[in-house]
Amino acid sequence: MSTLFEKIGGEGAVDAAVDIFYRKVLSDDSISHFFETTDMEAQHAKQKAFLTMAFGGPNNYTGADMRAAHAPLVAKGLNESHFNAVAGHLQATLEELNVPADLIAEVMAIAGSTKDDVLGL
Amino acid sequence: MPNITYQGKAYSAEPDETVLETLLRNGVLVPYSCGAGACHTCMLHCQKGDVTERSQKDIKPALKSLNYFLACQCTPESDLEVALPDDEDVYVSARCVEKQQLSPTVWRFRFEIAVPLFYHAGQFVNLKNEAGWLRSYSLSSLPVEDEHLEIQVRRMPEGQMSHWLADDFDVGMHIELEGPNGHCIYTDGEAEKPILMVGTGTGLAPLIGILRDALHQGHSGPIHLYHGARTQDEIYLHDTLNELAQQHSNVHYHACISGDDVGEMKAGRAADVAMSDHSDLKGWRLFLCGAPEMVKTMRKNAFLAGASMPDISADAFTTPEH
Repeated sequence: MSTLFEKIGGEGAVDAAVDIFYRKVLSDDSISHFFETTDMEAQHAKQKAFLTMAFGGPNNYTGADMRAAHAPLVAKGLNESHFNAVAGHLQATLEELNVPADLIAEVMAIAGSTKDDVLGL
Repeated sequence: MPNITYQGKAYSAEPDETVLETLLRNGVLVPYSCGAGACHTCMLHCQKGDVTERSQKDIKPALKSLNYFLACQCTPESDLEVALPDDEDVYVSARCVEKQQLSPTVWRFRFEIAVPLFYHAGQFVNLKNEAGWLRSYSLSSLPVEDEHLEIQVRRMPEGQMSHWLADDFDVGMHIELEGPNGHCIYTDGEAEKPILMVGTGTGLAPLIGILRDALHQGHSGPIHLYHGARTQDEIYLHDTLNELAQQHSNVHYHACISGDDVGEMKAGRAADVAMSDHSDLKGWRLFLCGAPEMVKTMRKNAFLAGASMPDISADAFTTPEH
């Protein structure tokens, strides 16, 4: 039985998705300010790490890391509407890449499971 | 918390503080510039203790084995004893063999060094004079074609080192050189890919090197070079670049003037002109060199216009703090 990460296409799928996803996020004025930094390359790498995790791939994320990493953003007003906007872009990215619906559902479930930690709830 | 010992005195590091931050917080003035692990100005020698892997990621293997590391990238996990680099480990002596003024504000310097330097056009070196002033300059020479190393220096109004180079440094004199560093280089294997280069001021220096490197390696796709300046007289090597464009049908050179009097040149900031000429950058390779704001904005716009992030190479000028 292959894992979600294998079924979705592994690292190649992450590489294909990261530019599309990050482009959507940066083009969305309601959330782009959370993602715009002087170091776009590092930010791009972070999006890649996030997608790897959401795709069920190897990662070292812990809830505590998620919480700590997003705390400065929560202080700047990050809330559920922003979280949902990002999730929407993730879903649209996967649809654009013709990922089967059942796999998209699994990815969205993993992404959704980070919500409390991301928003510091 | 770990202690950082420097010149016999121990300084206690705050949580999450880098070695550089600990030293500066305590008034210990070691050289530094970009704070991002790019310029290597803050390289130190660790004489006791273990530095982090991250702080040595980009260090040349020979220096790594001697325990050199970047102070701005090292959040210590245990006590360290550190010192400024030993000049003989890090620096080679470079002799100036040519100095030429290219515009009212830009000078070209050519150097010879006793030991061959293996570098790629577009990388940069750090130069240190006898007063200990340390600055980074990009290499515009091409190792296979040029006998000497070439840098281009713009006289910056507040720039201590650039004034010294322009006014007091001359042919026959020596300066200490460290490098090469940086990853803004032409990589072969994609000869047909279109290339977009945007540079402001002496951001042109690495771009000329990278352009010549691409041509030398047989790049066949179109190469568009946009050089931006405020006034026409700040556009330098204009004839050289026009000639290069005439000799190579795939090379397109655009001088852009952001001020009012543009003459025969293009009106507008180089990055804006480049983006309006090329709105779809999917599949393009980009090189961005110059003012940090331009590089940052252009990187984002190029990415949004379809360029893949790994295909965007940038070399932003770093502003020295002291």
